[in-house]
Amino acid sequence: MEKEALITALKKIVKPYIQDEEAFENLSENTDFIKDLKINSANLVDVILDVEDTFDIIVDNESMEKMLTVKAALEIITTKLSEK
Amino acid sequence: MEKRVVITGLGVVAPNGVGIPEFTEAIKSGKSGIRFFQELQDLNFSCCIGGIPDISETLKSAYFTPLQLRNFNSSGILYGCIAGMDAWKDAGFTIDASSELDFDSGTIFGTGTSGVDKFREAIYQLDAKNVKRLGSTVVVQTMASGISAYLGGILGLGNQVTTNSSACTTGTEAILMGYERIKAGNAKRMLVGSCSDNGPYIWGGFDAMRVMTYKHNDSPEKGSRPMSATASGFVPGSGAGAMVLESLESAEERGATIYAEILGGAVNSGGQRNGGTLTAPNPVAVQHCITSAIENSGINADEIDAINGHLTATSKDALEIENWATALGRKGPDFPYVNSLKSMVGHCLAAAGSIESVAVILQLKEGFLFPNINCEDVDPTILAIIDEEKIPKKLINSPLNIIAKASFGFGDVNGCVIFKKYNH
Repeated sequence: MEKEALITALKKIVKPYIQDEEAFENLSENTDFIKDLKINSANLVDVILDVEDTFDIIVDNESMEKMLTVKAALEIITTKLSEK
Repeated sequence: MEKRVVITGLGVVAPNGVGIPEFTEAIKSGKSGIRFFQELQDLNFSCCIGGIPDISETLKSAYFTPLQLRNFNSSGILYGCIAGMDAWKDAGFTIDASSELDFDSGTIFGTGTSGVDKFREAIYQLDAKNVKRLGSTVVVQTMASGISAYLGGILGLGNQVTTNSSACTTGTEAILMGYERIKAGNAKRMLVGSCSDNGPYIWGGFDAMRVMTYKHNDSPEKGSRPMSATASGFVPGSGAGAMVLESLESAEERGATIYAEILGGAVNSGGQRNGGTLTAPNPVAVQHCITSAIENSGINADEIDAINGHLTATSKDALEIENWATALGRKGPDFPYVNSLKSMVGHCLAAAGSIESVAVILQLKEGFLFPNINCEDVDPTILAIIDEEKIPKKLINSPLNIIAKASFGFGDVNGCVIFKKYNH
């Protein structure tokens, strides 16, 4: 999947959880889920479950810990997709 | 100095009416909220009728954000939040996610079990070895204190935020706990109330105990028959009742509308002695609870105009009337009026005490007694103790001054509150 398409899919996933509309509008690779989008840290696990469902992948514990930014999420999703 | 405690806000989610205006109209007209549920029949329940409040998706979204409603499956928390938020607004406060923390306001909001449907979902996931799939929503919806945690955050409460649990006494106990906290000067305002989930997973255990009626699956509205000779078990209900308790000082300072005053009350336990068991009340303790409540309120038993009973529509109704008559020293024509909201909404379990107390406060404020429905054939054992005219079967419009409300619960626990019309 192209990066742009991945970002679009990811944006759709995080939308229900974000609490900063402006940061969401300007979402880029460097966006941080908690610091920028103000996602409640407890909801991060829900974001990851939605990522798993959308891409039909399993995100292991180690990857979960790293998945704090759009960039990290894209890398993890791309890797997991290539392993399929 | 001990503070006087008044009620300045009300909220209710009941099977026969959601919101104070609809509920008031329903109880005045004797509207039943009991319906047949195919789901119960499909699950082989003996009792296939019950009371479930009608909450539309539109109403839900007026109280919760889309994020809060994501993977939300706890009917008790849903009802409790709606009733609690309504009571808070009714008391004249605004609900604002960025409001300043208020250390003088807290909540004691009870429940029996929380989020039983959510818990069921979680167990299926766990047994399929998918623990990770539970996500972040299981704990807050299934912990007993889920309801007080939700309300504490929505309203920004900084005083005590907790949940009490004492079976069917829960709602009445929550009112007394909040009352005592304000009276002692430890809080200015306490949102108190209780909620109960709906449906088979909360009601099944009672069906198995054969304490619910199986005789009215074809006539749901006739099923809940407190004090009737043909009472054959209770009808399960669900919902939430809530009220804002406030020190008289604080209410006057704010110029708040005062619904009624709490004069006092008592909670106790029968210790499962003297005929009391896990499921049956010890009559000595019930009477002691009522007399203690009267004493604690500084009134005489003959000042009580009406009783709002626990009266569930089981064989224990006559015993309850006998206990009231003994405790008050009043019988026959001298007995106060008595009614049971359960005839219209069923037994709302942990939510019963708070929903029924909301009805009591409306009766005092507006000066009426709601009718007991399904009581055309009063149990002769009860008529041997009190006069039939003391059991209103039609709406009575009359000013009332003092109403006693009691609830009794599994575990042999009792609670009795004395409410008074507020006359300065």
